[in-house]
Amino acid sequence: MTMHLIPSERRPEDAVFRHVIPAGEPYLFEVKAGQTLRLLDLEGNQAVDTLFYSAASPRERYDPQRTLRRQNQVYLSTGSVLYSNLGRPLLTIVADTCGRHDTLGGACAQESNSVRYALGKRYMHSCRDNFLCACLHDGRLGKRDVGANINFFMNVPVTPEGGLTFEDGVSAPGKYVELRAEMDVIVLISNCPQLNNPCNGWNPTPAEVLVWN
Amino acid sequence: MNTLDIAATLYEETVPGGGHLSFILRRGQVLRITDLEGGANVSLMLLNAHQPSERLNLPDTLKGQHTFRLGEGHCLYSDMGRVLAAIVSDSCGWHDPVGGVLNAEEVQAKYGAGRYQELRNGFFRNGTDNLLVELGKWNLGLEDLLMVINLFSKVTVDAEGRFHFVPGHSKAGDHVSLYAPMDTLVLLTALQHPMDPEPQYRPRPVQLTWTATHSDGLSTACRQSRPENARAFHNTDRFHL
Repeated sequence: MTMHLIPSERRPEDAVFRHVIPAGEPYLFEVKAGQTLRLLDLEGNQAVDTLFYSAASPRERYDPQRTLRRQNQVYLSTGSVLYSNLGRPLLTIVADTCGRHDTLGGACAQESNSVRYALGKRYMHSCRDNFLCACLHDGRLGKRDVGANINFFMNVPVTPEGGLTFEDGVSAPGKYVELRAEMDVIVLISNCPQLNNPCNGWNPTPAEVLVWN
Repeated sequence: MNTLDIAATLYEETVPGGGHLSFILRRGQVLRITDLEGGANVSLMLLNAHQPSERLNLPDTLKGQHTFRLGEGHCLYSDMGRVLAAIVSDSCGWHDPVGGVLNAEEVQAKYGAGRYQELRNGFFRNGTDNLLVELGKWNLGLEDLLMVINLFSKVTVDAEGRFHFVPGHSKAGDHVSLYAPMDTLVLLTALQHPMDPEPQYRPRPVQLTWTATHSDGLSTACRQSRPENARAFHNTDRFHL
């Protein structure tokens, strides 16, 4: 796939909000309509599992199948519009120095780890446990609200024959993706703790979020 | 499929094009869905009948079996690491996990206006509303309308990541059989695939056939097709302790 890398002019010192998410931890916050959110892969090859909801009515949320269908493209990059389950734009990707982000791999979970790797992997930390913990503390969201997420910085190629593989990341230290919020959104992140496949380069690391007005 | 494992047919029903239906496929039952005329598409959702917060998780299903295409030998996983259904027989070879369903605005943009007031029961239905109505019958809602499988449809991905709908994939008589190793709530609607370029609204009918099994023997091929599936069946068996 041809990748068009689009850098951003925004300077970190102008950001109105910055937060570093340690490796393996959840983070739930809000971004207002018109603000720009940057997700920054600080040390490289770090999957940032992310879900988006309308802050005004969280039953409206990121819809992977509608998003992919409308762009007729399985990967996300600059220009991708993330559509809601009501068909409205939630956010638009406005810059991307990584070039490709996964939409099909979903998030790791205790239960899926037991299926994918070994029954005994059930007790390792996971993204969906992170999602649930953040949702239940926040109080507006619960298990029903955890659907298929975006994996920023993760590389899951689909072959013309219908194969699907997890490959080493196309990301690197300092790579980032920027999204403009088209409505007020809740951002739910799990900074992925997966140790059983190369999605984090076998070494989960911190990621940073920055927000500009 | 080992026909010795199959008992008599329990029930049969035709779902007309545009129709929608939901029911519990009991543990040990098989649902066969048959394309009667060719060119059918069935948008399918699966949930745990007793705790519907557990539901089909397509990312887990795809990554667990390293596949983008679904067909015979594949298992359809819940988000809790269990098998909601196993594809024990399939004459199509490729069922689509990406196309989703259209909503009312998208159907009108694609096919034009088609209201009940003028067309009566030939009105232009849409997958979002059809599945929402079925969800509502089980006291579920918009939050539960997640990624669907589009049975009988094939969408490929090229080297650039673009989608290509393959017309004419399913022929008259093509079928897919789902074996339920747990009580599974099935919701479905028979509507054209969202990426089907056919400009006319013309959803095709499908036949549903329910059968009981004497044993879980016919799921053996699915259990053994990948070590992941053996573990997902293990989780499902454990659920019934």
